[in-house]
Amino acid sequence: MPQAGGAANPGAATRQIYNVIKALIAYRGRCDRADAGFMERSLFSYIWRHSRPEQVVILLLVVLAQVFYFMSLTVPKSVINNGIQGNAFKDSKTIPFLVWELDLSAIFPGRVIRFFDGFQVDQLQYLVVMSFVFLGAVVVNGLFKKTINTQKGRMGERMLRRLRYELYDRILRFPPAHFRKVKQAELATMVKDEVEPLGGFIGDAFVQPMFLGGQALTAIIFIMMQNWLLGIIVVVLLAVQMAIIPRLRKPVLILGRQRQISARQLAGRIAETADGVHEIHIHGAANYERADISERLGLIFKIRFDLYQKKFVAKFWNNILSQATPFAIYLVGGYFAITGQMDVGAVVGVLLAYKDLPSPIKELIDWDQQRQDVQIKYEQVIDQFQPEGMMSPELQAIPDGPPPPLGKELALAGVVVTEDGRVKQLDSLSLTLPTSSRVAVIGGSGSGKEVLGQVLARQTLPASGTIRIDGKDFFQVPEYVIGARLAYVGQDTYLFPLSVRDNLLFGLKLRPVAPASYDEATKAIREAFWKESVRAGNPAFDPNADWVDYELAGATGPGDLLPCMVRVLKQVDLDEDIYSLGLRGTVDAARRPDLAEKILKARHTLHEHLQDGTYAGLVEPFNDDHYNKNLSVAENLLFGTALGKQFDGDNLATDPYVMSVLQKTGLDVELQRMGLSIAETMVELFSGLSPDNPLFEQYSFISADELPNVRLLLQRLGGKGIEAVPEADRIRLMTLPFRYIEARHRLGLIDAAMEERILGARRAFAEGLPANLRDAVEFYDFERYNSAATLQDNILFGRLVYGQAQAGERIGTLIAQVFDELGLRDSVIEVGLEYNVGVGGKRLPASQRQKLGIARALIKRPQLVVVNEAVAMFDGRTQDRIRDNILADASERHSGVFWIANRPNQAEPFDQIVVMQGGRVVAQGSPSELAARGGLYTELMASA
Amino acid sequence: MNLNEEVELLKGVPIFSKVEQARLKLLAFTSERVNFGVGQEVCRQGDPGDTMYVILGGTADVLIDTPSGQISVAEMKRNSFFGEIAILCDVPRTATIKAKEPLATLKITKDMFYRLVAEFPEMAIEIMRELAHRLEDTNQKLRAATKAG
Repeated sequence: MPQAGGAANPGAATRQIYNVIKALIAYRGRCDRADAGFMERSLFSYIWRHSRPEQVVILLLVVLAQVFYFMSLTVPKSVINNGIQGNAFKDSKTIPFLVWELDLSAIFPGRVIRFFDGFQVDQLQYLVVMSFVFLGAVVVNGLFKKTINTQKGRMGERMLRRLRYELYDRILRFPPAHFRKVKQAELATMVKDEVEPLGGFIGDAFVQPMFLGGQALTAIIFIMMQNWLLGIIVVVLLAVQMAIIPRLRKPVLILGRQRQISARQLAGRIAETADGVHEIHIHGAANYERADISERLGLIFKIRFDLYQKKFVAKFWNNILSQATPFAIYLVGGYFAITGQMDVGAVVGVLLAYKDLPSPIKELIDWDQQRQDVQIKYEQVIDQFQPEGMMSPELQAIPDGPPPPLGKELALAGVVVTEDGRVKQLDSLSLTLPTSSRVAVIGGSGSGKEVLGQVLARQTLPASGTIRIDGKDFFQVPEYVIGARLAYVGQDTYLFPLSVRDNLLFGLKLRPVAPASYDEATKAIREAFWKESVRAGNPAFDPNADWVDYELAGATGPGDLLPCMVRVLKQVDLDEDIYSLGLRGTVDAARRPDLAEKILKARHTLHEHLQDGTYAGLVEPFNDDHYNKNLSVAENLLFGTALGKQFDGDNLATDPYVMSVLQKTGLDVELQRMGLSIAETMVELFSGLSPDNPLFEQYSFISADELPNVRLLLQRLGGKGIEAVPEADRIRLMTLPFRYIEARHRLGLIDAAMEERILGARRAFAEGLPANLRDAVEFYDFERYNSAATLQDNILFGRLVYGQAQAGERIGTLIAQVFDELGLRDSVIEVGLEYNVGVGGKRLPASQRQKLGIARALIKRPQLVVVNEAVAMFDGRTQDRIRDNILADASERHSGVFWIANRPNQAEPFDQIVVMQGGRVVAQGSPSELAARGGLYTELMASA
Repeated sequence: MNLNEEVELLKGVPIFSKVEQARLKLLAFTSERVNFGVGQEVCRQGDPGDTMYVILGGTADVLIDTPSGQISVAEMKRNSFFGEIAILCDVPRTATIKAKEPLATLKITKDMFYRLVAEFPEMAIEIMRELAHRLEDTNQKLRAATKAG
């Protein structure tokens, strides 16, 4: 009997075969214009185009696998009939086994060519051999399955990789204006999540319908052979299903599309919330945002629920229609049987054949559903990835050598830029601009000067007009030429979440200049990796290669790049800041032994200076034999930098090894006594203070929550000594003094005797340190560089003494002086360059971010630098200083500066000034010429 | 010098004279000790002030700018204090204070003082009472002076 729910729908298969043929035809035509800017509309064409050989191999494997599958089905029959029941051994004791002959009797009667007579085997031998044949067939069958699935999986993943890469590649080629329309989270969702199901489907895209379709076709042919009339009825009914079921499914598909879009928008909204979270808090709009999300989720719920309903309605009709066929077979076949036009056996045969139909048909239907689903997903995604005005891939080609120069003269003619086709931001602007000239543009707000800057950086595309560079279309100049020769800095700078150095050198990475060096083993792995990349249509670029174009920065290699970096950092006033970051950075002595040694030398020099009267009493050096009053008790005990978590911070106080040392030296009771004293003082000082007072957190050794308990403990104690304190409380008291710093807290708890005892414990701690804890602490040693400590701590090798007026500033100056003397300043900056700027550069203050952005533009020594009000956020003096530095550098290199001034008076030192108003150039000339002419120039200058 | 001694010195400051000992101890504990080397300026005449200093040790010169240059008008020693009005209201420094010998001070900032006053309003009442006494005192002196004049 046909199974309920096993809907007969060979229509899907037929349609699919048609689709495949259509795809094949389309493929021939599309091959040639593969990258013309549009992606394949049909997922099938896309899959076929990129995985044809693999699909064919898998198809062959599937066919071959059928042979062994068939064998694994027939062998059990032989084992039972001949091996166990002995049917074949009724006539003789042995039969030949493994006979190899070619039967030609069909062509030449009686002609059989026998190559091998086979072995004679008896019944038991036969059983054993056939059992092993069965096992063999099962194993081979399994191996085939494994191979096919692996092949399918690899092909699917490869296609997924290709598709994702292609989408990402397209993002890089989007016209700049498109990014004002798309949300980045939506792009990410599409590339990451929405194409994901495609990978699983691609392996089955062709094999499944062929295979299942073949099975279904065989069953239909069998029915036809039994009775043509019944066969026609079955085919007609299947045709009806074929016509109706897609109609039923249509709303489901439409809803599926809506579901996908709404989920994508939800991702976009969530990203918006994260981006604008400060605004939400500042304006108290959290609940308005909640309303919006709730509305969206409600919509998604409605779509998803409708989807379920429609899906089950479709399924219901599917079932009914599939049962229509057996109904017809019963009725018509039964009628034929009763009237004697058909024998009962044939009717049963038809029914049995029909019984074989549902399984492949059901799978075909599932497959078809999946196909439509992924096709929609695919269409939905690619629609978003083919905006108007995509850049052609040639513009982003990778150069095979140093990029050529930009050209001598930019000529803008009749350039119009409009916002959404209405307001003209640039109005038929014409301007000739030698790329080596130093020009300032001034104008009021709405003059269009900043738009002009964007146009010159190709950030904004003109609606009409032309820009030519030495007669060639400016917009057809490859990106690497623009990237290398024309630098642009706008008002906001985006920094990647990398080190300062990586951000600074970002603009030098146009092509790999030197391959990465690998050892033999790694090289083989890397090469296999690239081979796979090429198979998936990905470029075989190596991010580990050296991409930094040193020549562009004026260096010859990694060795002399540092001075170039320092030079630009100075130009933008950032060197001091990076130096400070360097002081707070660490250097791994194993990686940079040279630097570690130099810093050690600086430590010696600094400590010589500290002997001078001028610096007396500002720093308390780390000394093995002295208690350091400016360190906490814990730091005095450990006397080193904790590596890892073992001895870090509060962990020290609870560490079992530390406890054992304290007990051994008898310091534990002393610390408990000290803890009791601290507890008494804290209760005295902080009682009556409201628990949420920030003073608690800043100054108290005991938290506001704990204070009442401690007070109770002290009341119970009634002035008795530490001996009266219960054991459990003693442990807690003992941890209190760990954070106590004599010089800061001034409770007078550490006298000379106590100092000695702590020193004793310090020694015991170091001497008895078990081997497995050796790596948990780096002890202070005047003759050793400490890789775990910051540069500043390393050179200082001590603590600033508490309460010395201006000690920090004076010692900071002294350290700078010592680094200068030893020529180490640049090395400190080098360490500072390793500082990670955080997401969007947020770990740097805004002004430093902007300065780094300008430095990034300058380090490639551009032929022309466009500064688009990029200094507006600095104070007036800094603005002028950076402008003068850029001008001085440019005139030295005979290169150009196009300075869009945020204040008109910035324009004074420029050779040429362009005055803009209403999107047009109203005057142009040297400052003196313009001043003589008066007009808008004089007005603007006067207003500044 | 430890906390208790600092508290004793704080008690000598008239506006604190009536404040509870425990509060003064908290004030001392949460305030910073600042040492100045010879010749370092603690504050400069004319600069806005928001900090009070109690001298714990050493000596300091009190210098006033005059048309003919800076002149020393007084010397301050242990137990002296200055800037107590500055923590109540913003007034420019009326003199430059410069360390003559190594100088140890307790630095009480307006923020810390306000926090304590907000926490313990009775402190404010004690300080008000002290200020009122001072005002009355000044008024009396003024009356005496006008009578005499």
